Amino acid sequence: MIWNPDFEALSRPAMTRLQGERLGRLVDVLYRRVPFYCAKMQDRGVRPQDVQGVCDIRKLPFTTKDEMRDVYPYGLLAVGLPDIVEIHTSSGTTGKPVVDAYTRADIEVWAEVMARTLAAGGTTRHDIVQNAYGYGLFTGGLGVHYGARKIGATVIPISGGNTKRQLAILRDFKSTVLTCTPSYSLYLAEAAREEGLDLGTVGLKAGFFGAEPWSQSMREEIQDTLHALAIDIYGLTEIIGPGVAAECEHQDGLHICEDHFYPEIIDPATGDVLPDGEKGELVITTLTKEGTPLLRYRTRDITYLDRSPCVCGRTTARMHRVLGRTDDMLIIRGVNVFPSQIEEIILKVDGVEPHYQLVVERRDQLDELEVQVEMTEKMFSDEIRGLEKMEHTMEANLYASLNIHTRVKLVEPKSIARSEGKAKRIIDKRLL
Amino acid sequence: MHMSVRQISIFLQNTKGRLAEVTGLLAARGINIRALSLADTADFGVLRIIVGDPDACLAALKTSGIIAQVTEVLAVEIEDKPGGLSRVLAALDAAGLNVEYMYAYVEKTRDNAIVICKVDDRQHAMRVLEENGIGTLSADALKAL
Repeated sequence: MIWNPDFEALSRPAMTRLQGERLGRLVDVLYRRVPFYCAKMQDRGVRPQDVQGVCDIRKLPFTTKDEMRDVYPYGLLAVGLPDIVEIHTSSGTTGKPVVDAYTRADIEVWAEVMARTLAAGGTTRHDIVQNAYGYGLFTGGLGVHYGARKIGATVIPISGGNTKRQLAILRDFKSTVLTCTPSYSLYLAEAAREEGLDLGTVGLKAGFFGAEPWSQSMREEIQDTLHALAIDIYGLTEIIGPGVAAECEHQDGLHICEDHFYPEIIDPATGDVLPDGEKGELVITTLTKEGTPLLRYRTRDITYLDRSPCVCGRTTARMHRVLGRTDDMLIIRGVNVFPSQIEEIILKVDGVEPHYQLVVERRDQLDELEVQVEMTEKMFSDEIRGLEKMEHTMEANLYASLNIHTRVKLVEPKSIARSEGKAKRIIDKRLL
Repeated sequence: MHMSVRQISIFLQNTKGRLAEVTGLLAARGINIRALSLADTADFGVLRIIVGDPDACLAALKTSGIIAQVTEVLAVEIEDKPGGLSRVLAALDAAGLNVEYMYAYVEKTRDNAIVICKVDDRQHAMRVLEENGIGTLSADALKAL
């Protein structure tokens, strides 16, 4: 269902016009009220009147995560603190956290874009939404909460973790929608199996999974296990949280809420804007944000755009499922490798589940990539030869697709640490 | 009577102390290992065991999250003298049968030795052994030893 056809199915010329108007207003506000942006624009010799339409966005400076940290905590505020009603931050595991401060109107936009997200996967006021994203500073929990409330669905704000209770709630309250990270949904299913509960029978109809990269094979695995539509959703704290983009029921790219978030794809090395269909780094400008608006924020997420209309009727630009991160990217003997590519390939072997880890080491000046894959009941055979063949098949497939030599190692189930949040896929032991 | 025997095959990671942990787990459940073989690579191994109660053994392993399965194998009687094993293998080979692996069964005082044998075509192998007058033991017979 299309939550807001006035914007989600707007004609391309009307959308471009709307984006241009909103960008003009945004630039004006940033120039006058945020010294950080005023200085950046002056450095580039751009004045607000130079931005006449959305095509002029290329004249404007980028914003990076490091810059956001430099002005922590309040350096990006475009309104006075009394107008801020809520603050979220990123986890700050890699440095100072980045801050997202919302005005009342920002929270309303957040609820709107999350309502679009949840509705795109079929959520209505008749649904029971088990929201297993963490509540708190993390944007996942409250973002889903506001969107589900706007739709009028019943929200169960269980938050993340506490797997036993998640299963009890699923079973007893008959939740129809599950929201959590994709890896946690499989972790839940595994825990359910151990308790003798088949998650395929509890009546889930859809799951909204985001906050970490996943693959098409992992989606199929989740859909088979949960007997529910697995919808990919995209967002980040810097921009608003979840709600930036989401798949519709056709699962053919994530529809970006373009009237609020203007997308561009750039070459991460040169900063040049790339044409639709070409892979690069996603850059987003928050067209309507009041609290902490951002110009051309470099997400570090790798994807590409498709502006052709979708069969669902939406006309908004679609981004391909995130293919990797510019900072998650492993460089193995000069070849760029994303964990998601490896996942896609190893999951093609029958019985393999997405429990894997990549260990990189440097021996005699050469990078070595070990792919540890957990053994499953379905993969196991009594014969060593068969198991070795399975390892070799995966190695050969990885070489054929990525052109790198790897060592695939079968390991015991549960020997790779499970996470209730983002899965840790890479152990890089190289001293670079 | 020619019948096959149910062997438990277990996936083990090649890490220090893992075998001791798994055998310890079976010991704690009172499961007696009557025969075993361990095949391994640098990364992992497959432990194959014959126990009195395969179902209880399998259940105990699965509860502990260990990957294990039942494999049907043959318990072949071998004359306890030079050439005993060779005669069995020659018969199987002549019939075009492939022995995937085999290991000795530990038993006390008996005239014949017993080897546990995995072949690619079990039904065919049983027929060949019977035709050659080579005995195989049923699970019950093995248990009664």
